[in-house]
Amino acid sequence: MDKRTTAAAVAAELRDGMTLGIGGWGSRRKPMALVREILRSPVKDLTVVSYGGPDVGWLCAPGEVRKRVYGFVSLDSSPLAPRFRRARETGAIEAVEFDEGMFQLGLYAASIRLPFLPTRAGLGSDVPRLNPQLKTVRSPYDDGEELVAMPALPLDVAIVHQNRADARGNAQYLGPDLYFDDLFLGAAKRRFVSCEQIVETRDFAKFGSLHTLRIHRGLVDGVVEAPGGAHFTECPPDYGRDEAFQREYAAAAKGEDAWAAFRERFLALASEDAYQEAVRAWRGAK
Amino acid sequence: MAGGEVSAAVATRAEVCAVAVAECFRGDGEVLASCFGTVPAIGARLARLTFEPDLMMTDGIASLVADVVPVSGEGAKIPPIAEGWLPFRSVFDLLWSGRRHVIMIASQIDRHGNHNFACIGPHAKPRAQLLGMRGAPGNTVSHPTSYWVPNHSPKVFVEQVDVVSGVGYDRAAAAGPSAARFHEIRRVVSNLGVFDFAPPERRMRLVSVHPGVSVDDVRAASGFELAVAADVAETRAPSAEELRLIREVLDPEGLREREVPS
Repeated sequence: MDKRTTAAAVAAELRDGMTLGIGGWGSRRKPMALVREILRSPVKDLTVVSYGGPDVGWLCAPGEVRKRVYGFVSLDSSPLAPRFRRARETGAIEAVEFDEGMFQLGLYAASIRLPFLPTRAGLGSDVPRLNPQLKTVRSPYDDGEELVAMPALPLDVAIVHQNRADARGNAQYLGPDLYFDDLFLGAAKRRFVSCEQIVETRDFAKFGSLHTLRIHRGLVDGVVEAPGGAHFTECPPDYGRDEAFQREYAAAAKGEDAWAAFRERFLALASEDAYQEAVRAWRGAK
Repeated sequence: MAGGEVSAAVATRAEVCAVAVAECFRGDGEVLASCFGTVPAIGARLARLTFEPDLMMTDGIASLVADVVPVSGEGAKIPPIAEGWLPFRSVFDLLWSGRRHVIMIASQIDRHGNHNFACIGPHAKPRAQLLGMRGAPGNTVSHPTSYWVPNHSPKVFVEQVDVVSGVGYDRAAAAGPSAARFHEIRRVVSNLGVFDFAPPERRMRLVSVHPGVSVDDVRAASGFELAVAADVAETRAPSAEELRLIREVLDPEGLREREVPS
């Protein structure tokens, strides 16, 4: 089966109010080309589930995101994500906050069709106070331990970015960490992978060992070839983080006028090609 | 260790803090030492180079590193030798197994050791969004935790934290045996002194003041009434060898002095 598709077709899968999972971690291998396409689409009131970075910051534009489920939102080299910070401080979005590990268990539970997984994480902290729907569960064994029952976090749509993929949806990561991309895909009804390059299946072995093939085609409904599709987050070994551009974003994100200008220049564009061209022009002008 | 203690006049405050952080790891053995902040990063490396040679460390990405990577200077640019692969998923497994001691930065901390770096003000609409919960809830009920406060003030040492991200002793006890079973707040190191949570009270207790700091200075900079040990010591000064390691090996560019100006 040929699962090649376009970013626009992926964005068109989203309906108002859906829950969207985004792979990667902080400012690392985020499916930014797909995020940019979602910003171009009319969809609104999304619930976004993410180990957040600029994906969340950009989607925090008024109306786009209603609710965020997260363990953190960071740009890594700058620990606080500015647009997210502003959205929180103005009360523009609702935050559902878990411990990072609880969050992994919620995705894992959804991906293996369990209603919850038990964990110690969360006990005693304000996570239960902030999430009154959380319940505890008692071990049926002699230890009798009472643990947090982390509920499954099912997703309507998941998007992740990988280094290579084939047309059938098998995907390969070549960097140091898969993060939780497989769990995002496993937890979702509709699953999409963008990648730096679509290759022949036989060529995966030229790029990396068997261990780099962690996403199989049974987890994927569509593949989008998007070179530079993680920009400005890192996508090693294809490219590192564009720290200069990230600084430009972080500076612009602090004021409403500067943010409007940034949006105008880089995000309110007709296509991913136009975005990449705008970034090249910005780099040339520096 | 070669060399005796160096006088306080020689070591900077940041260097005294680094040694105090190193002391937090004494006796830990073969566990992952995770650190946030420059002084804690220096302190953990110092412990490993001296009295805790089995500590494990990461490169902050996905590798366990075999060598001790400096925090500044030419040595910081040399790719470290990987001794293992530790992607985020394995970090969770490792921390839930208890083989870790983390030093986190506290934006707020109370007398019971409840910690906040999530946000300041009400969670629904915070005055300042900070890091979020990150891994603090799970860390604190799974393995030993210490805290680093580079700027000791009543805004950090507060009567009550706005949001509990890291669990303190009173909250762990109230949440039941599963929360308390592996809970331990080893120590708090600030730019003014060192604190523990000695039983039976498990209240934050001043155990040593850094050279040049008085007990009254610490009291005045704290927003709650501190317990004070009967015999408050002066935080030990670095030995000549420790000072050499800090200055020549671990942080030749002096990043520590930016975090804790003397």
